[in-house]
Amino acid sequence: MTTDLDTTHDPDSTVGKSADLPEDADQWTAKVRHAAVDALPPGRLLPDRQPAYVASWIYVFGVITLCALAVVILTGVVLAIFGPTWWHVSTVGLFFNSLHMWSVEVFFFAMVIHLWGKFFMAAWRGRRRATWVTGVVSFVVSVGAAFTGYLSQQNFDSQWISTQAKDGINSTGAGAIFNVTNFGQMIMWHIVLLPLVVVALVGLHVLMVRLRGVVTPFAAKNETPGGEPADATGAEVQA
Amino acid sequence: MQMLPAVTSWILASLVDLNGPGRYVHWGFIQISVSNLILIGLMVVVFVAAILIPFRRHQGGDR
Repeated sequence: MTTDLDTTHDPDSTVGKSADLPEDADQWTAKVRHAAVDALPPGRLLPDRQPAYVASWIYVFGVITLCALAVVILTGVVLAIFGPTWWHVSTVGLFFNSLHMWSVEVFFFAMVIHLWGKFFMAAWRGRRRATWVTGVVSFVVSVGAAFTGYLSQQNFDSQWISTQAKDGINSTGAGAIFNVTNFGQMIMWHIVLLPLVVVALVGLHVLMVRLRGVVTPFAAKNETPGGEPADATGAEVQA
Repeated sequence: MQMLPAVTSWILASLVDLNGPGRYVHWGFIQISVSNLILIGLMVVVFVAAILIPFRRHQGGDR
């Protein structure tokens, strides 16, 4: 019996291909697919070329931030697999612990320079408000992720930070639901909740960059008054 | 095996002494650790360098 999923012996099967049968046009899958491809066609999602004005070191720091985030997550996964005794005692564990901490340093270092660069470019121009806002919120949530990470070190440093921070948190009234001296709660926030939020926000931020294009410099010749290139892919604004 | 000669280790340790209480700069109501101040200074330097240093262009001048 040949089913819809059995494509082995059916060269005309459309399963797995972008079949647009008229009777399927009303299905939500087809609608979502069309909306996604219309908003972000593959050429815009992963372009081969960038606008000429991107040829500056100041545009590199967003990618450095993304690379550092990847290292943060990968080393965090390794730390989660082996646990606190391993990262405190073994040589390899200490190495991964250090990699995790220093990649966070690089992450914030690059992200702050990225933020300064985009602030002075007024990167919210040209319908890029959502790009700017997702970036700012990512930054704020990342601070929380780093903070709960420092609380999860299980050393004197984390004890000091938590006992100092509890007064500040309690003064806001949030201490009732967010107890910085509760190690179990802090590590769950650090390795589950906040990474999910950060990755989702950063993913959304990158999608917005692809959707709206990289912001043009103020002095670009073919910049429209709204700060938007004629095509967000930037293909036609190359020098 | 000793990775660094004793003199080199001593110089590095004297430059970045992490074995003790942190040093702080006080300026009015502003109080900041020297390490954080150095880090912020480095970020400013890298930011200015990223704007001023030319980016290598590919042939044809595009990208």
